[in-house]
Amino acid sequence: MDDTRTTTKIQELTYELKVEDVISKDIATVSSKLPVSLLRDILYKKRISGVPVVNDGKLVGIVSIEDFIKCLEQGEMDALIEDKMTKKIKTLYADEPLVHAVMKFEKYGFGRFPVISRKDKKLVGIITKSDIIKGILKKLETAYHDEEERRYRASHIFNDIIADEVFLKFQYYVEGKNFDRAGEAATGLKKTLYRLGLSPEIVRRASISTYEAEINIVAYTDGGEIIAYIDPHQIKIIITDKGPGIPDVKKALEPGFSTAPGWVKELGFGAGMGLPNIKKFSDKMTLRSTVEKGTHLEIIIKLSDYRNGE
Amino acid sequence: MKLTKIKEILEADVLTGKYDPEIEVQIGCSSDLMSEILAFGKPGSILLTSLTNIQVINTANVADIKVVCFVMGKIPDENIINLAKKNDVIVFITKLTTFESCGRLYKNGLKSCSYSNLDK
Repeated sequence: MDDTRTTTKIQELTYELKVEDVISKDIATVSSKLPVSLLRDILYKKRISGVPVVNDGKLVGIVSIEDFIKCLEQGEMDALIEDKMTKKIKTLYADEPLVHAVMKFEKYGFGRFPVISRKDKKLVGIITKSDIIKGILKKLETAYHDEEERRYRASHIFNDIIADEVFLKFQYYVEGKNFDRAGEAATGLKKTLYRLGLSPEIVRRASISTYEAEINIVAYTDGGEIIAYIDPHQIKIIITDKGPGIPDVKKALEPGFSTAPGWVKELGFGAGMGLPNIKKFSDKMTLRSTVEKGTHLEIIIKLSDYRNGE
Repeated sequence: MKLTKIKEILEADVLTGKYDPEIEVQIGCSSDLMSEILAFGKPGSILLTSLTNIQVINTANVADIKVVCFVMGKIPDENIINLAKKNDVIVFITKLTTFESCGRLYKNGLKSCSYSNLDK
């Protein structure tokens, strides 16, 4: 690993992150009018070494386990917290960059700093060194995931390729009569389109249309192919086979009309909804068929909402 | 409705998938005809079916259906489970009938993917 680069990234993060991004907000506080003896429970149960002292939301001091031990030694457990706490305290503003916190920890060597809001000076949380480490690790983890996802996605491809026209072509071969493999082309295309960064709705429409067409190839023909052309404006999917062809194309487009054999129906298809479904989910559908020669189906889905880059 | 509640209502077992009890499912659909599911199933819904073949999973996958519940005690075979795992489709099984499964979910407030607002 490149050490200098790692250091730089962490330094960068301490400037990028704000104190409020890493602080613990769910914190225990005490009122200054309470006896020191009450600290025992709070410090012990929460396993913390210091508590901010707050009156009406306003930070008035901080009392630590050292203060508590001192009182214990001197038999002053009934003393009020306000008489034993540290009153001159160093604080941080919630909106300061994290690097200020890092510098204050180095400068004063304290275990914690109360964090207040710049506006009303009210206590919003507390920051310890471990909060800083956790905050940076969490940020690094998020950055890592984003990078992984970005690397995995190809959505920037249209921006990266310099040409007057850009087409992407994906070709899938579909085996006839093999229902175990039916759906592989549609699900493959779905994953691919998703990685290209297309909207879920577009991906869904394209994959449902392709899936129905794929089922038709499997159910009625000896095989065929599906080619998807993607450019920045549309997805064009061309589905072809080598027969037997559709004798009456108009009839085939009627909802409910089906010539499916029993085995296709048993599998949950063949109810005369395939072509109507494709029509419903596409922006344009063209069907040409010649008996004994084959069928040519063209589906167009427009990408009006294609989002470049992101 | 949270997935954990659906599981409880259907007395279902989880067979596979990234089951997370906190997943929200708003809509239910049911058919043994996959083209109907493709036509009016809604993204993120649960599909109840008594059809058990891999095309149920492919249908769920292309139609963005999160959860498939096989009803009437039908146990999907290994190929179905493997495909569901590969595509992050959550698979439930229940001994209840289709009618009772749908009825219980509907009674508890799960919405139907209504035929009337069929849109692209």
